[in-house]
Amino acid sequence: MITWESFLETFETGSGFWNPLIWITAIIVAFLIIYILRGYGKKEYKENTEQTKVFLSGNPEYEKEQMHIKGSNVYWGFTESLKWVYKTLDKMHTGNVSDYILWFVIIMGILFILVGVI
Amino acid sequence: MNIEHLSQTLLTHSPALIVAVPLLGAFLTPLISRINDKLRNVFVILTAGLTGFLVLLLSHDVLINGKIHTYIFGSQDIGSPVVRILFEVDGMNAFMIIIGAILVFVAVVYSWAFMKENTGLDKYYTLILLMAAGMFGMMLTGDMFNFFVFLEITSISSCALIAFWTNKGKAVEAGFKYIVISTIGALFILFAIAILYGQYNALNMAVLANSIQYTFLDKIAFVLLIAGLAMKAGIVPMHMWLPDAYGRAPASVTLILVGTTQASLYALFRVCFTIYGNSLTAPLKQIGSVTITLNGFLGTFIVMLAIITIIVGVFMALKQSDFKRTIAFAAIAEIGYIFLAVGAGLWAIGTPHGMMALKGGIFHIINDALDVGLLFLVAGAIYYATKETSLNRMGGLARNMKYTTIFFLIGLLAVSGMPPMNGFASKLLIYESIYLINPILAIVAILCSILLLAVFVKVFYSAFLGPKIPRFNDVKEVPKSMLIAMGLIACVIIFFGLFPDLIVNNIVEPAANALANNSNYISQIIGGS
Repeated sequence: MITWESFLETFETGSGFWNPLIWITAIIVAFLIIYILRGYGKKEYKENTEQTKVFLSGNPEYEKEQMHIKGSNVYWGFTESLKWVYKTLDKMHTGNVSDYILWFVIIMGILFILVGVI
Repeated sequence: MNIEHLSQTLLTHSPALIVAVPLLGAFLTPLISRINDKLRNVFVILTAGLTGFLVLLLSHDVLINGKIHTYIFGSQDIGSPVVRILFEVDGMNAFMIIIGAILVFVAVVYSWAFMKENTGLDKYYTLILLMAAGMFGMMLTGDMFNFFVFLEITSISSCALIAFWTNKGKAVEAGFKYIVISTIGALFILFAIAILYGQYNALNMAVLANSIQYTFLDKIAFVLLIAGLAMKAGIVPMHMWLPDAYGRAPASVTLILVGTTQASLYALFRVCFTIYGNSLTAPLKQIGSVTITLNGFLGTFIVMLAIITIIVGVFMALKQSDFKRTIAFAAIAEIGYIFLAVGAGLWAIGTPHGMMALKGGIFHIINDALDVGLLFLVAGAIYYATKETSLNRMGGLARNMKYTTIFFLIGLLAVSGMPPMNGFASKLLIYESIYLINPILAIVAILCSILLLAVFVKVFYSAFLGPKIPRFNDVKEVPKSMLIAMGLIACVIIFFGLFPDLIVNNIVEPAANALANNSNYISQIIGGS
């Protein structure tokens, strides 16, 4: 039977524990502290002045669509430095259904060896 | 007839009704469609709702009261040679049908507005209900051949739904690939069933589990079943059909496809832990004084395959520029985490660590279905509003689609295993259990989870943040039925995240116990204690 107390119980994982309710309480307290500290800051922000205009080292501002970094350019450095990994992965993903079946046969072969059929 | 008697009758027949209601609904849908489109939509939602109610009724009895339900179609005499099909519902079956019921109900609610502009919706809803019936059948049956039949029903209806947008060539191609892969996988499964039937003159899972001697033929059947089901589940390197199918199907269909993939994973669990459960500790090789057992060997292989699945899934997701393909590759990585838990559970079978791994894996099945499902629905919502799927052409949508953005954030945090979402608790169990096998594997799994967060931060930035793009000035928030569907899943995710102990104790643990102790499952049919 599910009781109200069971909603508050800590989740035991064997070696550790996890209680999201305590975590959320801690996060709320942390946000409150940040909010209070923020109140001590200087209020220099003025809307619709030079302060809020886009400044690109004196260069003109591009069209909005050109300013947005496209999805495939995000993490460009990561994918570029791991080009060799992606080359192998791209070779695997041919999009050809016969290759899909070939991989199935290969895995089945390995399993036959492991289980001791071959 | 009083209410108590009615609920008892419903409970007794619920295993059959859970399959029969959507099946009957599927055949009635085209007829009702002729009367009125709105009436058809209401009828389909009511059918999914009634199925969900029956699932709740049955699951409550199995999970909370600890009963195993057996439903016999055909002769009641166990010694009779006549054809008989058995549905057997233990903790694991009950757990799986809960996932199925949530996904089907949410999918039909979402479809109301999402598919409104399409033609041929009578066929669409018929196929959706047929797919649901097949999926529930796969999850409930205790008969191997019957499992194959339901697998085929699911595959055929899934193929038609993947290719539903026939005006897009790539959808048809994805449907073709799916049916080729499904048919070949199913053929090998059928071959394995034939081998087992030829040897033991039985198709019932419990009878087979009690009879299996782990002979040479049993080994062949074992490999065929594992390979066939692993391909249907999307394990690397047999995963390539999955991004094609998930990426091209309508979002509501993808949601149920996630459920059918989970049903194949369930069957894999059933084969390993129930049917071959008594043979798992069988010695394979003797090297000096060390005996290598099947579970150790197979567990290690599955853990390796799972790590490769996670790495390939995450790395491929990182470079995608199509919204749905990105989520599809992330879904592959998530399946890798479930497989990792299966491997660890097999490796340490019979120990508390093995049990912890099983619990982690089972908990992650439902979390994966919900988290990935929500992300697919968000991708569908964005397609509905902008007619765009490429991340390169999106941006600044958070301004126009506030609720969808919040749902994406919930899905993003949950799928990446960020606290306090549901994915965190299940991944914590998986990390701990795999750490005991090899700490390096646990580190790789954690790093990949961080990369998964990076993947979705990229998606979040590309689609929702950035300057307001003039092309999307007129984009509006999606209709209410789609928001309700996404909201339903988001609420379940938050609930599971806030009360993991409650979920593990009441839903996950009975499922893990059902898998770990196959004797209860067997004795229900064969008799004995």
